[in-house]
Amino acid sequence: MKEKKRKGINYAKWGYIFIAPFFLAYFLFTFFPQALTIYNSFFENYREGLQQIGPKFVGLQNYVDLFTPDKNGTVLILKYALNTVIIWLAGAIPQVVVALLLALFFTSYRLNIKGQQFFKTVIYMPNLIMASAFSMLFFTLFSNVGPVNQIITAAGWSDKPIDFFAYTITVRSLIALMNFLMWFGNTTILLMAGIMGIDQTLFEAANIDGANSVQVFTKVTLPLLMPILVYTVITAMIGGLQMFDVPQVLTKGLGTPDRTSTTLIMYLNNYLGGSKNYGMAGAISVIIFIITGILSLIVFRSLNRTYQEKEKRTPKRRRHD
Amino acid sequence: MNKSLSYDSHKARIQLAVLRAVVYLILIFLTFLCLFSFYMLIINSTRSNGELQGGFALLPSTHFIENLKNAWTDSSINIPKGLLNSFIVAGITSVLTTYFSALTAYGIHAYDFRLKKAAFGFIMAIMVIPSQVSAVGFVQICYKFNLTNHYWPLILPGIAAPVVFFYMKQYMESVLPMSIVEAARVDGCNEFRIFNSIVLPMIRPAIAVQMIFSFVQSWNNYFLPSLLLTKAEMKTVPIMIAQLRSADYSKFDMGKVYMFILLAILPVLVVYVILSKNIIKGVTSGGVKG
Repeated sequence: MKEKKRKGINYAKWGYIFIAPFFLAYFLFTFFPQALTIYNSFFENYREGLQQIGPKFVGLQNYVDLFTPDKNGTVLILKYALNTVIIWLAGAIPQVVVALLLALFFTSYRLNIKGQQFFKTVIYMPNLIMASAFSMLFFTLFSNVGPVNQIITAAGWSDKPIDFFAYTITVRSLIALMNFLMWFGNTTILLMAGIMGIDQTLFEAANIDGANSVQVFTKVTLPLLMPILVYTVITAMIGGLQMFDVPQVLTKGLGTPDRTSTTLIMYLNNYLGGSKNYGMAGAISVIIFIITGILSLIVFRSLNRTYQEKEKRTPKRRRHD
Repeated sequence: MNKSLSYDSHKARIQLAVLRAVVYLILIFLTFLCLFSFYMLIINSTRSNGELQGGFALLPSTHFIENLKNAWTDSSINIPKGLLNSFIVAGITSVLTTYFSALTAYGIHAYDFRLKKAAFGFIMAIMVIPSQVSAVGFVQICYKFNLTNHYWPLILPGIAAPVVFFYMKQYMESVLPMSIVEAARVDGCNEFRIFNSIVLPMIRPAIAVQMIFSFVQSWNNYFLPSLLLTKAEMKTVPIMIAQLRSADYSKFDMGKVYMFILLAILPVLVVYVILSKNIIKGVTSGGVKG
């Protein structure tokens, strides 16, 4: 009896105890609210002034309403989804391209770039800055009386200040520029780690075989960098879907001009903020959830694959025969 | 033949020099793009409203203290209280997030149990789902149970942080040999004590980096706090900054506005300038490696 107890101390229970708080918190603060959100999307439930309407089961009516054109003939959710995609692309394409270039520059043995630590410190910094404050800063800098317009008029490029917040193109560009500045440093650092993780002998072999730098990039670096590049792009997509702080603060929550910079989460926030319209907000959330669900499934599978390969690689070394 | 070889290498050297010059120009341009707005922020926080309306300047003026005093004692935006509130929320969140993420990671790293694989797979699967998609239910619960204008709904969800968990797990795999844990068991340590007094000190660098990241994330958080904190004395800094935007802008003392923004980002900026090297290292070691 004693013998058995000493041998088989049951450590398994400690595993459960240690992971319990995580799962408890997850189910309480994320899973249950998530289920409630989906549940809400089938109910009419909002406040009108002091009056509470519902909750009343309405089936799929909220979803039908979401996709019903308003009196101007626009389906708002599609308009806002398109806004989100356009602004995201305008920031994310330069983000990935510039980050890839910088990662190649920084890791190039031939170029031997000096002051890397300084450049990395500078380009990563905007990532940590409070998005709402960054956005407020851009608003003051680009406002009619702000320094950018002062430079423009002083230099004589324009007689009167340019109203950056009156045109669709300038507002969207400013949001995209901020997103670019906040994320390209982060992407650069991730891609650099990816490139440095590639087996150096492959580059040497390619050089000996007489490959030029373009060939090395397209035939060696890029294919081996693909998994991490896919990961970066998809997490950037999920980040883009969450776009809120910057356009919200920059346009005072109005998505000016004419709601051309209103994003999906701003739309959600409009229903959730004032009228506490849990039904419509729930339906929007479900749609965003489905899109992110599909995207995160892709991330999950690629992550899992690299993880399992690593596990397989470490314990038993394969014999070369 | 010898001659043409040296000619080739000469040409290659010039090409390389040109390429290097182009690369440095790009880097300088990006540096300018990143720093311009923050440089203007710092300069403008030292200028009076009159100077700011008068024109643009590249050199600081003398009104920094005056702007600071005006911003600090402003009657509608109580920034000292906001900073304190943000410090409370972000401080407690970062401690809870890192402690429980390390605990969860250790639970999965050190023990064998039947649901281990499933638990790990589950956490990986939920890793990138954004918190906004469950916000409706969360806000509804908070209003139903009168939890608005409390900080716990903003702090406690931090206990379940999949990304921090993943970082800790990877870190433990590289630095934590199970033989040390076993030695401690032989010495009669119980499992909680092993974690608190042996494992935690061994992963101190990971704890430090993740505490910074989770502090920053909580400090900058705007979406959920803006829906839940409605009382003026409970508001955190990002809500106050957004309020600044909705106020009647033309009537504002612009020196004060720049000072508010500076105060909002200064704590993070200072920490970053001191610890940038470790923070940047932390970005990569947690991420996926291809």
